[in-house]
Amino acid sequence: MEYKKSIKFILNEREVELSNFSPNLTLLDFMRLDRGMIGTKEGCNEGDCGACSVLIGKIKNGKIEYMSANSCICFVGTLNGTHIITIEYLQKINPPLHPIQKAIIDYHGSQCGFCTPGIIMSLYGLFLQNPKPSEENIKIALQGNLCRCTGYAPIIRAAISLSQNDALSDDRLKNHQSEIIKKLQIINSEKTIIIHNKEEESEEEEFIIPANLDDFAKIYLQKPHATILAGGTDIGVWVNVELKKLTPLIYIGHLNELKLLQKNSDNIIFGSIFSYTELNKYIKQYFPDLTDYWLQIGSAQIRNMGTIGGNIANGSPIADLAPVLIGLNASLILRKGNKRRKIRVEDFYLSHNKQDLSAGEFIENIIIPLLKKNEHISFYKISKRKYEDISTISAALKIEISKGKIINSIFAFGGMAAIPKRAKKAEKILLNQPICEDIFIKSAKQLEKDFTPISDVRASKQYRMRIAQNLIRKFYLELNNEK
Amino acid sequence: MKNNIAHDSAIKHAMGKAIFIDDMVEEKGTLHAYLGLSKIAHGEIINIDLSEVEKAKNIICILDASDIIGVNDISPMGLLDEPIFAQKKVEFYGQPIFAVIGKSRLAARKAAQLAKIKYKEHKAKININDALLAGGEEVTPPLTLERGNTEQSLQQSKYRLKGSIRIGGQEHFYLEGHIAYAIPKEENEMIIYSSTQHPSEVQQMVAKALNISTNEIVVINRRIGGGFGGKETQSNLFAVIAALAAKKTKRAVKIRPSREDDIISTGKRHDFLVNYDVGFAENGRINALKANFAARCGFSADLSGPVTDRTLFHADNCYYYPNVKLTSQPLKTNTVSNTAFRGFGGPQGMLAAERIIEEIAYKLNKDPLEIRKINFYGENERNITPYHQEITDNIIAKLVEELEISSNYKQRREEIIKFNKNNKLTRRGIALTPVKFGISFTATWYNQAGALVHIYRDGSIMLNHGGVEMGQGLHIKIAQIVAEQFSLDLDRIKISPTATDKIANSSATAASCGADLNGMAAKRAAKKIKKRLIEFAKKKFSCKKDDIKFINNEVIIGKQKLSFAQFINMAYLARVQLFDSGFYKTPNISWNRDKGEGNPFFYFAYGAAVSEVQIDLLTGESKIKRVDILHDVGNSLNENIDLGQIEGGFLQGLGWLTFEELYFDKKGRLITNSPATYKIPLASDIPEIFNVKMVDWSKNPAKTIKRSKAVGEPPFMLAISVLQAISMAIASIADYKICPRLNSPATAENIFMSIERLKSEI
Repeated sequence: MEYKKSIKFILNEREVELSNFSPNLTLLDFMRLDRGMIGTKEGCNEGDCGACSVLIGKIKNGKIEYMSANSCICFVGTLNGTHIITIEYLQKINPPLHPIQKAIIDYHGSQCGFCTPGIIMSLYGLFLQNPKPSEENIKIALQGNLCRCTGYAPIIRAAISLSQNDALSDDRLKNHQSEIIKKLQIINSEKTIIIHNKEEESEEEEFIIPANLDDFAKIYLQKPHATILAGGTDIGVWVNVELKKLTPLIYIGHLNELKLLQKNSDNIIFGSIFSYTELNKYIKQYFPDLTDYWLQIGSAQIRNMGTIGGNIANGSPIADLAPVLIGLNASLILRKGNKRRKIRVEDFYLSHNKQDLSAGEFIENIIIPLLKKNEHISFYKISKRKYEDISTISAALKIEISKGKIINSIFAFGGMAAIPKRAKKAEKILLNQPICEDIFIKSAKQLEKDFTPISDVRASKQYRMRIAQNLIRKFYLELNNEK
Repeated sequence: MKNNIAHDSAIKHAMGKAIFIDDMVEEKGTLHAYLGLSKIAHGEIINIDLSEVEKAKNIICILDASDIIGVNDISPMGLLDEPIFAQKKVEFYGQPIFAVIGKSRLAARKAAQLAKIKYKEHKAKININDALLAGGEEVTPPLTLERGNTEQSLQQSKYRLKGSIRIGGQEHFYLEGHIAYAIPKEENEMIIYSSTQHPSEVQQMVAKALNISTNEIVVINRRIGGGFGGKETQSNLFAVIAALAAKKTKRAVKIRPSREDDIISTGKRHDFLVNYDVGFAENGRINALKANFAARCGFSADLSGPVTDRTLFHADNCYYYPNVKLTSQPLKTNTVSNTAFRGFGGPQGMLAAERIIEEIAYKLNKDPLEIRKINFYGENERNITPYHQEITDNIIAKLVEELEISSNYKQRREEIIKFNKNNKLTRRGIALTPVKFGISFTATWYNQAGALVHIYRDGSIMLNHGGVEMGQGLHIKIAQIVAEQFSLDLDRIKISPTATDKIANSSATAASCGADLNGMAAKRAAKKIKKRLIEFAKKKFSCKKDDIKFINNEVIIGKQKLSFAQFINMAYLARVQLFDSGFYKTPNISWNRDKGEGNPFFYFAYGAAVSEVQIDLLTGESKIKRVDILHDVGNSLNENIDLGQIEGGFLQGLGWLTFEELYFDKKGRLITNSPATYKIPLASDIPEIFNVKMVDWSKNPAKTIKRSKAVGEPPFMLAISVLQAISMAIASIADYKICPRLNSPATAENIFMSIERLKSEI
């Protein structure tokens, strides 16, 4: 197969062409260790603190969209055809100081200063998307940036002042994008790219960027031991924290064929590499009840990077989307080579860390049936800290009502078993029953037969069981209020 | 002058140009060290096989206990109980056993994982219960504070209550993790860049480990990315290892643990179990209190002695105990050695005091605020602390009254009680809690500082002092003080890195005293030079002292006006000494630990907060609806810097008391070892309404620098109001007649379980 051997991207104002690098090289290490760009900091190296935040600009429908991302878990190989903006570039965009930098200074938003570059980049990402964010928007945008000194209050005051004064209306990056777009369009190649790392002679190290979906399907079939990389929010942690060496890596985050979105009368169907942020507006439109839950998934950076397919494929028992998709009765289209099969998300999870996914097979599309008018669903996530936390338990509770009786129910839970799982005994009790508190309490009681949760760092088994039961009660009470 | 002056590095922070140690341009051939940590909590090392580590790619050598030329100990108290590298016995999970030196940090880090170490495991004491069951061995002698006749008074009290509170620890989570960078120089000389709050101690520790004199070592830092107490002694380990490795390899060596290893291998805030026995009258006034404070100290003493002492010093908070006996119990456990953390044991003592107030209030079915007020220290009587110091600067009653009115406490409390009657699924609570915090190191000799002021011929000033800038705005405060002496713009003052070759024997930047101590020293240095300049001008211009004025970057001598630079150059040519040092020691403090008596504190800082919360009875989740703070900073040196300390300290306290939870498994492994599992507050965790004010009428009666007050630690404890507000919301279940005895942190699970317990007790 004919292929290219290098990637190209724009780092601030400079074009960078790279071949021969480790597939596990992160953007943060590349900047700090290779380029001496020390403005971006390493706080945790696992995508949780935001000190390493940068903006990644990608072309979408002829425009360029800049999103905040954690450079510590962003592999350099994923950057082909993108524009990276770091703290070093900010004052060059609007000299002598960018309005966001000036506001942080004027409002005393830095103390030790270690988190400050990351905070400024997150705010910049926010203001490029939304020039007049509300206080709520600001807090949400900062959920992926830890600051241990300020208590955030002065940072929020700074951001509110920018919002009120429309301070980014003259931002040069916002208003002069055509040149960058031109440059990026030239970079985007039609050919598959394979990066070999030649320094490591002992073993083959590869980073593969397939040209299109068919090529990917083919390559993956040939190299079923490869790790598929899309958002990298988990894989980055495997490399940085667990010190795994992952090769070959096949990157699929750029494949537009995996970003198709369709809707018919019964379903919405979407490609597996939609990020949480990208899918948000559609989700809001069709499943407004998911809006709050969606914001409890990761942080702004993680939602910008992480993909829906990745969340499902990793098979974690506490994956945020698993109970949601089971509750919505969603299915997956799995593809292997040119063969496709459909499987319900519920059936996809086999046992702890084991999914119904054979060698060379990947998730191509996700199908979610639209809610019927007589279906009611609620989503819950309980965690130690409300935002940017891993769930203690999560749940999607759905019932279908006909003539005052429950004719169908799905109670899907995460964190209650080794896999995301339905509470079938609790569901069954409800069938053909009227909607009254007693019957929901009875149903909740059944959870003790459905699950035997464990005690761990997030909660005791007793708490998990009691809260799961109470969520069923809460679901009833909320249902009742609606009526 | 005090308004709107930004942090000295604010612009550099915002531009990404502030250099932290890992940002420095590296010396040629710099090597990287990485720690090999124990995988058991308690036991003996049977065999260490590092052959795979040594053979790994890009590895230069191994460093272990045999490479230590001097003493294998970094105990800050000199107790020989804290080895650099464990040799025969392992005393906590994550204890350093060796280090590996490689060409890159990644190479060293990966190689360190290849160690094969065989252990013989012993039973490990992980928590306070384990330690007590095993006999209660202590890491350092306990303290007793006693006054009056406690036993008899308890028996004679109309009411008597016994109870206990469990208080969790806390991880510092400074954003910049530990780091040290050692650069060998001629012969024994070495420069060490260390992210530490205590460069002088690092200097001594390195000299001790290398068996050389202290004057061979220079320890430097310009700024550190947060400390909070976590870099008061915990930096020693990394600096010493970097120095030993640099000595062995004759090359510059940097060491920086991963976030996980940083959390596992460095100490935290002490967890406590407090048992109390209180006697009180019908009106809620305390007659006698007996309490024991058992602390999880970890495997060694570190600072646990002074930390648990300070717990006792603050177990009174703002309340007068006519008869009192307080005891500390610094327990040895097989966990990492706990250390300093903002408040230094004080918050735990204060939390217990507030719990006792709560107990009395629920017992008598009264508003806890009423019980607080009736127990406040008097201004001229009822003002002797359990350590026999007389409180002479008490302003808490006035401060609380002002906050009670401005926050509309009474009416809101009534509304909340009404709300709770009408709501099945959510409950609200409100609490006003006060803070009184003693300022000075209780180790009296630490209350000293030095500063150095150099004026160059162009009139620019180089300022140096012994304090470390960790974000708290210390440097700008000191620069303001010096600039004011000469009436100069701040840009004429250059703040130079903290370095042990500039100021000898500096104390840790801790105990909130940084500005008090170093500010006074810097003022004295500047004054000495100023005095000389005035003498010079008097002679040169034949005028009187009063004719010489320093105004707005100029020196006015009679009718003559000179720029400061012109004047200084003139002085230089006349051979006037244009540099000097200043020294300060806090007056009027003393402490006799054996007797439990003295005046350990120069003065007290006060504050109070009102918090309103809402809890979900079905899940235990809580949210903070409103917080009003009124805090006393005396005559503020820099209001924005002080505001930052108050807001930031409060939120850090909030994290400690709500969802920051340390979880050790049965084997003693700290599972909450990363931001994925250990959750500190986010922007969305700040109160929906957050009103912070500084007392505008307070002036420090103690002769501090410009009559300001220390502000680093005291606001941390304002967050106790949040825990008590949550407690009130829970108490609503039993009509405020049962104290919920909510332990800390008040996680959703903890709140939920308290709700359940109260339901069962009705």
